[in-house]
Amino acid sequence: MDTAVYDHPATTAHAPWGRVRRSRHVADRALKIICTLFTGLGAFVLGWILLMLLVEGIGGLSPAVFTETTPGPGTEGGGIANAIVGSLILTILGVMIATPIGVLAGTYLAEYGKNSKLATVIRFVNDILLAAPSILIGLFVYILMVQPMGGYSGWAGGVALAIIAVPVIVRSTEDMLRLVPGSLREAGAALGAPMSTVIVKISWKAARAGMVTGVILATARIAGETAPLLFTALNNNFWFSPSLMGGVSNLPVTIYQFALAPYENWRQLAWAGALIITLSILALSIVARLLLKKDKVR
Amino acid sequence: MSSTIAVNTSSAIGNAAAADTNAPARIAVKKLNFYYGDFRSLKDISLDFYDRQVTALIGPSGCGKSTLLRTFNRIYSLYPEQRAEGQILLDGQNVLLPSIDVNELRARVGMVFQKPTPFPMSIYDNIAFGIRLYEKLSRSELDGRVEEALRKAALWDEVKDKLRQSGMGLSGGQQQRLCIARTIAQRPEVILLDEPTSALDPISTGKIEELIEQLRSEFTIVIVTHNMQQAARISQFTAFMYLGELIEFGPTTKMFMNPSKKQTQDYITGRFG
Amino acid sequence: MAEHIVSSYDNDLQALRRRISEMGGIAEKMLVDAIQALVRHDTALAQTVIASDKRLDVLQREVEENAILTIARRQPLAVDLRETISAIRVSGDVERIGDLAKNIAKRALAIGSDFQPQKIVVGLQHMSDLVLGQLKDVLDAYAQKDTARALDVWKRDGAIDALYTSLFRELLTYMMEDPRNISFCTHLLFCAKNIERIGDHTTNIAETVHYLVTGETLAIDRPKNDRSIDTSAEAGA
Repeated sequence: MDTAVYDHPATTAHAPWGRVRRSRHVADRALKIICTLFTGLGAFVLGWILLMLLVEGIGGLSPAVFTETTPGPGTEGGGIANAIVGSLILTILGVMIATPIGVLAGTYLAEYGKNSKLATVIRFVNDILLAAPSILIGLFVYILMVQPMGGYSGWAGGVALAIIAVPVIVRSTEDMLRLVPGSLREAGAALGAPMSTVIVKISWKAARAGMVTGVILATARIAGETAPLLFTALNNNFWFSPSLMGGVSNLPVTIYQFALAPYENWRQLAWAGALIITLSILALSIVARLLLKKDKVR
Repeated sequence: MSSTIAVNTSSAIGNAAAADTNAPARIAVKKLNFYYGDFRSLKDISLDFYDRQVTALIGPSGCGKSTLLRTFNRIYSLYPEQRAEGQILLDGQNVLLPSIDVNELRARVGMVFQKPTPFPMSIYDNIAFGIRLYEKLSRSELDGRVEEALRKAALWDEVKDKLRQSGMGLSGGQQQRLCIARTIAQRPEVILLDEPTSALDPISTGKIEELIEQLRSEFTIVIVTHNMQQAARISQFTAFMYLGELIEFGPTTKMFMNPSKKQTQDYITGRFG
Repeated sequence: MAEHIVSSYDNDLQALRRRISEMGGIAEKMLVDAIQALVRHDTALAQTVIASDKRLDVLQREVEENAILTIARRQPLAVDLRETISAIRVSGDVERIGDLAKNIAKRALAIGSDFQPQKIVVGLQHMSDLVLGQLKDVLDAYAQKDTARALDVWKRDGAIDALYTSLFRELLTYMMEDPRNISFCTHLLFCAKNIERIGDHTTNIAETVHYLVTGETLAIDRPKNDRSIDTSAEAGA
């Protein structure tokens, strides 16, 4: 065995410098500048909206906002307490209906259906539903529930919101379950665990943070929806009936009505309501992010 | 004269005990064929795996060694396009029969994978998971079983103070030993190891190899490995596979010092074209 | 045999073989020259033999070091492992052969031009011719991995033992005839013993070749005809 001697030519041929043409540098820089510019534009508009919301909204905030009901036309003062509570109830109702459906359907797609024809069709339909205009969903529930039941109701509102939330949860659940490595399922099966045990005890556990995040993001999505509520829960300027029959007051529709009203105090309340919704959604998004981050650390 | 001229090929390499050619067969594979869809990836494999011996399956990627391993606990049946034909007799019982409950089979034939696969739960629950599936034990009995498994996997001293912490927080080598502990906690008869050290550093690898050596006294072990030296160190029998066929099977010392088939020789000496 | 995927592995083993064949050449020449020096009282030639042993030692060390490096770097298995181990063994044997030839050359110097009985010298020369033949054959067998040829050498060595026994008796007779003969006779006795030892080393190499090729150890005992142990002074007289 010879001590290896690698033959290097005494001088290696070097490529000459300056082979990159100037125009390439220019094009390179131009793209970067354009991208930065438009990103800045987007951020600026967003910042403007938020700033305006803060300035106008904070001016409208007062204890009365949270304690008093919506004022009648021409009445001074008033709050949006009934709308806040109504929105909370509608959103929670929607999430409670949508979560089991969404999670189980997502689990079906990821664990059982996989690439079967049925699963492919469901996935496709789900994607369409994800992009469906929300006013359509409102109309659908109007025909499905409001007409047969003979009037607007919080129940119909909750169902409409749920229909919007389901595809979001289905999608996020499936995506998160697909991120669980197949080797983990195999390892569970290799111990003699039936598939149901593997899904419930291993897959769900591994994807838990992601799945919860999906639900939270779906909540944020439906908390601000106006269109589906117009045909279902409508609105109400008073405390609504505890049976949720009849109109149920809610923030988005209240904002929609008050913002267009000629009364200064209504417009103030609309700003306050908009700020409250925005901050709630922001808070939900932050919680979702933290959850995902924590999952990654672990 | 020179009586010590050569390494006596019948004696052991390294610290692995000599092959016990009289050991009874625990698993007998007869005329096994395996299909991925239409592709036949195992061709008429017939081979015995002996009781309380370590058998290494070697061969280039795609030769079917992992596929063969995955037939023993029918883990392949998770994928509908895969099927096996022939017989795999575990203590005389053909495990490929549809009447055999796969989950029960898998509790008897444990498997450890290439990448450590700790479940997203505490170290304790990782071990208890498999036991709870098939046995109803009291708290203290379960505690005992968990400790016993961790001790056998040489992990107890490292984790005894953090049994409630997540198994994902352990190092790669510890995770793999956790997976082995999880497997032996079920008290299986056979342990299948699919490249168990290929993702580990040399020190962790050494610990796993030491562990396999210990476990041999209780379990029949089949290991797939790409590391020829590892096969030579820890196994008593070696099977060389190529393109879905069993080329040569024999005591490990013979296989690595003086294989009979040219293909085996070429593969283990790094001459495969 | 096909080439390794890693071509430098082939180079490593090739380099081992090359060194051993160089060692073999040197050892053969040393033996021929040492006997020449003894027969013709050629002190210059004896000095050359003594000097060439250094090169042999250097080569042997290189073979050993490189073989160890090969084991460390490539973890050879099967035929490659046997080849590497064989290289260490064969180089050791050849190096010893060189030492023995050097010893003959030194004794040639010590004896000088003292009286040498022609019969003994012819006997020595004959013996060394036989051993030289064995050495050549076994080195060829090694180079060509020819186990049949190696086994032939292994069986032939009995003849040398027999020759040695007769030379031993002869020398005893001379010593008993005249105590002044004892000095050179002892030297010649050692020379004969050295040649006989070289023969033994060729059988060692033959066994190594057998192992290298078949992977199995020669289990049976080699035929031996060394009866010098049974030969006492009385019997010799």
